[in-house]
Amino acid sequence: MHLYALTIHELHDLLTRKEVSATEVVSAFLARIEQFDPKLNCFLTPLADAALVQAREFDQGATDAGISTLAAIPLAIKDVICMRGVRTTCASRILERFIPPYDATVTEHLKKAGAIFLGKSNMDEFAMGSSTENSAFQPTRNPWDWNRVPGGSSGGSAAAVAADLCAGSLGTDTGGSIRQPASFCGVVGLKPTYGRVSRFGLVAFASSLDQIGPITKDVEDAALLLQVIAGHDRRDSTSVDQPVPDYRRALKQSLKGLRLGIPKEYFVEGMHPDVAATVQEAIRTCHDLGAEVLEVSLPHTEYGVAAYYIIAPAEASSNLARYDGVKYGLRVPDAKDLISMYRRSRSQGFGSEVKRRIMLGTYVLSAGYYDAYYKKASQVRTLIRQDFLGAFTRCDALLAPVAPIPPFKIGEKTDDPLQMYLSDVLTLPASLAGVPGISVPCGFSSDHLPIGLQILGPHFREDLILRIAYQYEQATPHLRSRPKLVLE
Amino acid sequence: MMEIKISPQEVRHVADLARLELTEREELLMTEQLNSILSYMDKLNELDTSDVPPTTHAIQLENVFRQDAVVSSVDRELALDNAPESDGVNFIVPKVI
Repeated sequence: MHLYALTIHELHDLLTRKEVSATEVVSAFLARIEQFDPKLNCFLTPLADAALVQAREFDQGATDAGISTLAAIPLAIKDVICMRGVRTTCASRILERFIPPYDATVTEHLKKAGAIFLGKSNMDEFAMGSSTENSAFQPTRNPWDWNRVPGGSSGGSAAAVAADLCAGSLGTDTGGSIRQPASFCGVVGLKPTYGRVSRFGLVAFASSLDQIGPITKDVEDAALLLQVIAGHDRRDSTSVDQPVPDYRRALKQSLKGLRLGIPKEYFVEGMHPDVAATVQEAIRTCHDLGAEVLEVSLPHTEYGVAAYYIIAPAEASSNLARYDGVKYGLRVPDAKDLISMYRRSRSQGFGSEVKRRIMLGTYVLSAGYYDAYYKKASQVRTLIRQDFLGAFTRCDALLAPVAPIPPFKIGEKTDDPLQMYLSDVLTLPASLAGVPGISVPCGFSSDHLPIGLQILGPHFREDLILRIAYQYEQATPHLRSRPKLVLE
Repeated sequence: MMEIKISPQEVRHVADLARLELTEREELLMTEQLNSILSYMDKLNELDTSDVPPTTHAIQLENVFRQDAVVSSVDRELALDNAPESDGVNFIVPKVI
C-alpha cells in the first residue's frame, strides 16, 4: 500500500517502528500533490520545502515531539487558521498578502505534537459558502468527480484528505462546513461542541458558531486529532474549561444498549432518494449492532435556515468590519479620504457572497429591524436548542443525513444564493444549538458519489458520537474506498 | 406579487453603513437577492416567541474574566509587519481631520 493512502494511526505505527522515515512519508505526499493538485486545487499555499525540513529534523531525532501520535504526520490546514509567518488568506483578496504574526492555539498544539504542514487549504471566502466556489482564487474539485464540488466551506481540506494529498486535515464548521464537505468527499469530519476547541487565531466569521475540527480518513484519526486540539484556552473567552476525555479509548465500546433517535424532520421533502436509502441502511446497521432505534422530533428544524442566515451574517458583518485597509490587508491606494479608503478597499477586496452576507447582516442589525430579525432569530435559536435538549432525554444520540443531495456540479447552484442556503438545512440546527456532530461515509449514490451519515450528540459528548461512528465504520469495511485519480 | 422588503434606497443606505461601494449593476442584483432572502425570513413569524428568551451563546458561560494586569501582547515590529503604510511607529492613513 502506498504511504499516501495510509491513515494517521497507520503512519504513526510505521514511523515509531522506524519502518519508514518522515522524509519518505512527506515525499510521497509531495509527489502526489505535484501530480494532482494542479487539477484539484486543494492548496492555496503549499509548504513543500518547509515540510521537508520538518521531516529531516524528525528523522535526525532533532524534535522534542518523540512518539506523539501526530509526530511527523503531514496535515493540511484550512486557510482560515493562523500560522505564524505563513500567508493566511481566508481565500479572500482582502487578505491575499496577509502574514499572521502569531500561531492560532490549534496551530501551537499541532506544532508541539510534531505535526508537519503540507500547506494551507482552499475554502469558500471567509468560510461563507457550501461549495468552495466562493474562493477568490480557485474552485476545488471533488476527487470523486472533477466536475463536481467538494462541498464547503472546508472543501480544500476535505478534498485533500479524500485524494490522499495529506494524512489528515483541519477544517472549520460554522453551519456545516466540516460535515458537509466530509460527506461530499467520502471522508470523516467532526464539528466539536461550541467551546471545545479554542478559536484563538481562527479568523472569525460568526463568533457564536465557529468551531475548528478534524477532517480525516477514518474515525480513529478524527479522535486522535481532536485529542490534540481540544481543551480550554485562556486566550479564547468562549472556550470551555471542561476536561478532555480519552477519545480513542471511547471508540471501542459497542453500541449495545444505546438509544439512537431518528429525527423525522430530517428526511425532508425533495431529498435525493439515494441519500434517504443509504442513510436508512446505515440506521439498520446500527440497529443490527445492538442499538435501539426510535423516531424523535425536532419540530423547529425547518426554521433553522432562516434563523442561521440572520444570525451568522449579523455576526459576520461585525467581524468583517475590521477589514478596512488600515492595519493589514488590501488597501486601495490614492483614496481621497478615510471613508473612501474603507469603501474602495472593502469593495475590491471582498467577493460577492461575502458582500451579500455583510449587507444582510448589517440590515438585520440596523435600527428599526433588529427586533424583527436578529432578536427573533435568536429566540428561534432558543427553540432549536431546546429541541435538541428535549430529544436527548429520549435518546443518547441522533442519526440523520448530512445533506439532502449528493455533490452537485460546479456552477449548478451559483445563480440563486437562497437555494444554496436551503441545502444547509440539515447541518445548521446543530450549529445553532452548539452540539457536536460527525459525518461518516455511509454509501454512494447511483452516480457513485459519496453520501455521509450525520451523528449528533449532546454537548461535550464527542466521545459518544465518535464511538457510534467508529462502531458503524468497523461494521462496514465494504464502504472503505478511495476515488481513482486519473489525469487525462 | 412579492412584497418589497428592501428598496434600492435602503440597499444604498445599508451599503453605506457597511462601508461598501456597489456598482449600479451590483445594487440591482443585491436588491433582488436581498428581497428574496428577506421574504424567506418571514417564515420565522409563523412562530410565537413572545415568552422565549433569545440565545446569543449556545453554551452558558458567565463572567469569563481575568486579572486586570498588563501582559505583553505582540511586538511593535510584528504588529506593523502587514501595514499597508507605516512610519515604523504608526499606521499611516489618509487625513482624518
